Amino acid sequence: MKLQTILKLPDCRVLSEGRPEREVTRVFCCDLLSIAMSRAPSDSVWVTVMGNKNTVAVASLADVACIVLAEGVSMDRDSLEKASEEGIAVLSTELPVFDMALNIYRAGME
Amino acid sequence: MGDQLIFTYDIDGSDFTRAGEASSSVKNKLKMLGVNSEIIRRVAIAMYEGEINMVIHADGGQITVTVSDDDIVMVLADRGPGIPDIGKAMQEGYSTARPEVRSLGFGAGMGLPNMKRYTDQMEIDTVVGKGTTITMKVAF
Repeated sequence: MKLQTILKLPDCRVLSEGRPEREVTRVFCCDLLSIAMSRAPSDSVWVTVMGNKNTVAVASLADVACIVLAEGVSMDRDSLEKASEEGIAVLSTELPVFDMALNIYRAGME
Repeated sequence: MGDQLIFTYDIDGSDFTRAGEASSSVKNKLKMLGVNSEIIRRVAIAMYEGEINMVIHADGGQITVTVSDDDIVMVLADRGPGIPDIGKAMQEGYSTARPEVRSLGFGAGMGLPNMKRYTDQMEIDTVVGKGTTITMKVAF
């Protein structure tokens, strides 16, 4: 499925668009950056409650297409600029990690 | 032997939010050189883990990356506290990171094990009280 589909999901705010035409293949959930670093699949949508600058660095290095911040977590302007430079989409939602991941999965990864 | 490309980075140990910039830069350069994406991913992960370690434990240091025809070699040198027990440090889950580092999502004790997993060869040269030099190689 295209990233575009995820950018349009309800209950989400788009903080950085990334590359909407990019193909995304998996959804991945993890808050420990060290684990995410080694386990997040390329071209995945990563649902987490970690919204710091290191999250963007990990996403960029692991080739993650989209970061989804759950539980109302936000991201500071600097980090968002960095994400935008790297072409990584960032979304924010009030939903819990599981519910959000399930929504993404049902949107086209089933 | 063909041409070698050498990239050198000074790692600032005082700013945790900037950790990863050197790894990002190497990743982008390798992309421009047309290196296979799986190789880039392995180099980026291994180098980032090492870079984070240098910031967490050693107040920064220097990283040299050499790209040649056969492989990519990363040398990470610091003047930090050294590693007293390499066996323990290589165990997944063992960490001596400070609580504030853990609260940022690091310090899971995955750094050195990840570096070993994602490279073809890793050597640790460490002296307690003097510093650590880690050499990692990823073959093409």
